[in-house]
Amino acid sequence: MATMKDFGSFETAWCPGCGNFSILEALKKALTDSGLAPHQVLMVSGIGQAAKTPHYLRCNVFNGLHGRALPAATGAKLANPELHVFVESGDGCSYGEGGNHFLAALRRNVDITMLVHDNQIYGLTKGQASPTTLHGQATKAQPQGAPSQAFNPVAIAVAMQAGFVARGFAGNPDHLADLIHQAHAFPGFALVDILQPCVSFNKVNTFAWYKERVWDIPEDHDPADWNQAMTLARQFGDRIPIGVIRRDPFRPTFESHFPVLQEGPLFGRTPDRAKLTRLMESYM
Amino acid sequence: MRVSKNILIAGEAGQGLVTVGMLLTKALARSGYEIFISQGYESRIRGGHNTFAVRTGLGSIRAGVRDVDLLIALNRESIALHRAELTHDALVLVDSEHDDQAAKDEVLEADQKAPRNQTLHVPFAELAPGKVYHNIVALGIAARLLGLPESVTTTLVKETFVRKKADLVEKNLNVLHASTAWAGKQAAAFEPLPESPKSAKRMVLDGNQAIALGALAAGVRFCAFYPMTPATGVALNLSNAARDLGLVVEQAEDEIAAVNMALGASYAGAPALVPTSGGGFALMTEGISLAGMTETPLVLVLGQRPGPATGLPTRSEQGDLNLALYAGHGEFPRAILTPGSVEECFRLTHAAVDLAERSQGPVIVMTDQYLADTIQAVPPFDLDMLSEPLRPTRNCDEPHDYNRYAFTEDGVSPRLLPGTGEHLVVLDSDEHDEDGHITEDLTIRKRMVDKRLAKERKLRETILAPTYIGDEQSDLLLICWGSTLGPADEAAEILRKEGRNVGLLHFRQIWPLLPEQFLERLRQARETVCVEGNATGQFAGLLRKEAGFSVSRSILRYDGLPFTAEDILRELNIETGQKLESRETMGR
Repeated sequence: MATMKDFGSFETAWCPGCGNFSILEALKKALTDSGLAPHQVLMVSGIGQAAKTPHYLRCNVFNGLHGRALPAATGAKLANPELHVFVESGDGCSYGEGGNHFLAALRRNVDITMLVHDNQIYGLTKGQASPTTLHGQATKAQPQGAPSQAFNPVAIAVAMQAGFVARGFAGNPDHLADLIHQAHAFPGFALVDILQPCVSFNKVNTFAWYKERVWDIPEDHDPADWNQAMTLARQFGDRIPIGVIRRDPFRPTFESHFPVLQEGPLFGRTPDRAKLTRLMESYM
Repeated sequence: MRVSKNILIAGEAGQGLVTVGMLLTKALARSGYEIFISQGYESRIRGGHNTFAVRTGLGSIRAGVRDVDLLIALNRESIALHRAELTHDALVLVDSEHDDQAAKDEVLEADQKAPRNQTLHVPFAELAPGKVYHNIVALGIAARLLGLPESVTTTLVKETFVRKKADLVEKNLNVLHASTAWAGKQAAAFEPLPESPKSAKRMVLDGNQAIALGALAAGVRFCAFYPMTPATGVALNLSNAARDLGLVVEQAEDEIAAVNMALGASYAGAPALVPTSGGGFALMTEGISLAGMTETPLVLVLGQRPGPATGLPTRSEQGDLNLALYAGHGEFPRAILTPGSVEECFRLTHAAVDLAERSQGPVIVMTDQYLADTIQAVPPFDLDMLSEPLRPTRNCDEPHDYNRYAFTEDGVSPRLLPGTGEHLVVLDSDEHDEDGHITEDLTIRKRMVDKRLAKERKLRETILAPTYIGDEQSDLLLICWGSTLGPADEAAEILRKEGRNVGLLHFRQIWPLLPEQFLERLRQARETVCVEGNATGQFAGLLRKEAGFSVSRSILRYDGLPFTAEDILRELNIETGQKLESRETMGR
């Protein structure tokens, strides 16, 4: 059995006090708790400070382009369904540049765990509004206040009947590790939107700001009940619920529609000449 | 006597002209004739006018022609639209229900223009119990006029309808026999095809189908696409074969997703292909750059159509050569293959899959609407003769020391797949170290650039030399790339028959170029003419840049239609020395 140590320990490019550190630790704990070895894991990321996370972890890595983690992860998972595929990136990469892919991923329901470090700001490019920046919040690029309504990824995911939707908080790593563990165990697309302070560029949504607002979703919440889930998903203000918001294990996965994927990975198969010959004959 | 006949089936979309066209095509191919089909979704006068042109005969046929010997007009408009193309001896099939005055006037006009044009008024309503059988009426009559054995059409009709409702076979056969018999009784003079030698069974394939077959034969297991004419057919053919041959085909949310999915799949071990046209290819350019940086094998099929922007969506052009050549930011090697025939579509796609793995990067197969929709009869591909494409290895002896981007002499690092052993495969779009992790060490940066570019040597080892047809030294050398091969080849052959010394140089790979493969031949020719389907002579420009050779002149076409041999011959008669004159003639 792999331990947290097997997933490595690296020097990072993150600011001291960044929420990324505790997310990384929670992730390592979840991977270990899930009984995974580094070589079984594929972390796919885009671009941003969060997207560097896979570099600070011993595992297979596809650190692709800004916004494109989900398509790359989808291709990799379909090519080898035995890989345990995680997508990890920030709010700008996942919901801005990759917005269309996010919607498509919710529709597809490929068995991928998506972790979004949501600090409501662009950190790597130093402080512009992200899709989740609150309406009216002043930033370097939007000094009069962000003019657009904030994107609520959790509500969108629930609205689109995603199978597993959770919200976590970097300030509560044990709780977060458990959410990631559950998300990975879920057979289908699982979203964990992780609230996280950006100590350098977001002076509004600070650690204290989140700490004041987050509350654990009570045990009597039924995540299989879509209406209950939608009510929780829309709460983002004075109180922000964290935990599993939605779980619908009955949605078939995307992979289940492809009989070829029931036979395992797509690599190492040679073309069936008899079948190819029959196909050619059909053109005669 | 003309060695071939050109049959044009014309009508509105939805009239089933492709159905009758394909049945006639198969009947001709099975009877031993050569065929060459070009399809036009033409809208020269008004929308919805489609054509299916079947050129057939004995001997080699490599392109379409403009002149029509047999016009099957499924609607009246088609007579007016195509009468200028009718040959002196042409026969026109029209529905006798159109025998009103207006139709008679149109036919009369056609007759005046070419006195021997004849019209056969077909009583479709009498021969068929309903409109859905009009296809079969047209097939029966055309086959009889061309002199095809009725046994061939009978078998075809049986095969076509046997999987549908039980009584359909009988109903269609009745229509076929009645129509064939009717045609036999008509007095119209139409010279049938010369008797054909017996031939082995051949496939009737279009360019997109051949590409799909080439991909399947090379072991492609993943295709992602966003529909775009004229490349969609590649994905549809793969999709139809997916269940049986074990591959995943996914219609992505956009072309950006498609190319990134393909790279993810390729990274995880599935040979991957993405088909698109110019507009979609433009969106994919960031993915091409990613393939270059991450050294991930990827085959892109670029089916060109006229641009810029949406351009002429259903027409043909070779205007994206520069796009393919320069697509993607940064510097990295690539290969571009340009098949000139249906058979080359198969072979070069197969080669592209292997080349992508060998060079660990992007390989582009370029066609265009003309070639994508061109149908030819080709012998079944000999699968045993194909070399087995290279595959990534799955394991290594020292998994903990594995580095995805290990420096090697030829720049190619051993490619392992993630999850197949204890090794870790780390890939990064950032500049990276040998282990794949992000780096800003500028010494490593320079070494990595050199490593990636070194792989171009690998590509140069396997460059497909341009094919040459002609005498050792030619007075006139025609140069072409991609789909222009067919018409250029025919034009050269016609000129040779007239006693002129004409050579033809066809580039089936336009990048990288290796001047020692062709420069001497260019220099030896008295006159060199580059024939290509764009307005600015992009390939002629590439030859200047890469080989330092300027062609005598270019023949260019960019009105959306493909070249025919006639076009090229007409252009060649223009006095040489005025390079751009040809543009004005055909580009209006």
